[in-house]
Amino acid sequence: MSELLRLGNVACIRGDRLLFEDLSLTLNRGDALWLRGPNGTGKSSLIRLAAGLLRPASGTVERRERIALIDEASALDAELPLRRALDFWARIDTVDGHRVDRAMEEMALVPLAEVPVSMLSTGQRKRAAMVRVIASGAPTWLLDEPANGMDDAAQARLVAAVAAHRANGGAVLLASHFALGVPDLAELDMGALA
Amino acid sequence: MTALIALFWRDLRRAWGSGALWLPVLFFLLVATAFPFAVGPDAPLLRRAGGGMVWVAALLAALLPIDRLVRPDKDAGVLDQLAVRGFADEVIAAVKIAAHAIGFGLPLMIALFPASALLAQDAGRVELLATGIAIAIPALASLAVLSAALTANHKGGSAIGGLLVLPLAVPMLIFGAGMLDPSGRGAMKLLAATSLLLTVIGPFAAGSALRGLRE
Repeated sequence: MSELLRLGNVACIRGDRLLFEDLSLTLNRGDALWLRGPNGTGKSSLIRLAAGLLRPASGTVERRERIALIDEASALDAELPLRRALDFWARIDTVDGHRVDRAMEEMALVPLAEVPVSMLSTGQRKRAAMVRVIASGAPTWLLDEPANGMDDAAQARLVAAVAAHRANGGAVLLASHFALGVPDLAELDMGALA
Repeated sequence: MTALIALFWRDLRRAWGSGALWLPVLFFLLVATAFPFAVGPDAPLLRRAGGGMVWVAALLAALLPIDRLVRPDKDAGVLDQLAVRGFADEVIAAVKIAAHAIGFGLPLMIALFPASALLAQDAGRVELLATGIAIAIPALASLAVLSAALTANHKGGSAIGGLLVLPLAVPMLIFGAGMLDPSGRGAMKLLAATSLLLTVIGPFAAGSALRGLRE
């Protein structure tokens, strides 16, 4: 089965504002879809709908297999060293420590393994969240502004991780208000839906 | 299962590691210390009133830490990440209740002995107090997590949280303190029944409150 995520005619209402309606999309293995558009057009809401954290006002959301999510909160315990904070999620995802090692190398975080999460910068925290996503082994990635605060080198690592994930049969739904330079990317302009 | 154990240990580590745990226990001991000063050193009076005071202090101490039970996890996105992984909200609530029952209940049981001594409780009454509070701890943890989940969207939620669960906790107070009365022989069974009811309801009620946080 190559289909990982399917949204059928979904509508989303936040507060009393209709963000979008009749939106359909499918994400197959190897796909990447960029949700673009200005702030407040529903990029994050669409990601949360896809993740199952929000219920659509109408329409259907079907997910196959596990998903990994990045949103504005890093969900890493601030008082722990980075490595231990990531190990917690590795235990929750029941993946072994080597996957975390490899993912930390991919995002160049190995030198920061012993630094408490509270001391990390915004960009470093986003990289740490990426490590969790990569290490989770989930085929569907939902990334909400994953590159916020990242420098150019970190962005290049993110793009490389997305490419590697797609090559391995994963799919990526990416919300970002600026272009990340991911090659071969489908686009959905949320600004045009409103 | 491994994941649930990891979740349980995380809650326990955060409760004990931050030092925040000692606050309710310290509060509990402070009440026990202050009470004799207010009532006077009359031992028979202290013995009669002190047992009830222990119960009131234990109940309030259970409600003290509700600010840090759910809200930090919600703000940090931990609850969202768990939901994405398919954990049922009821299961998360149950784990949180178990961790709070151990994390708060264990030190409270230890603090109970010096507190009872300060309130001139004799050996028989200490035994009744320890039994009663041990029975009530799962229910107290259940109520604390429930009110923490209900108020996680509000700043300064602990004050509202206390008001929310106090009526539910009153039966335990009555039966728990009633155990100390020589004529109150059925009180322990009623306390156990009340505690069981609240402990069973807790994960479901707190779970739906957690679900409500996402809307």
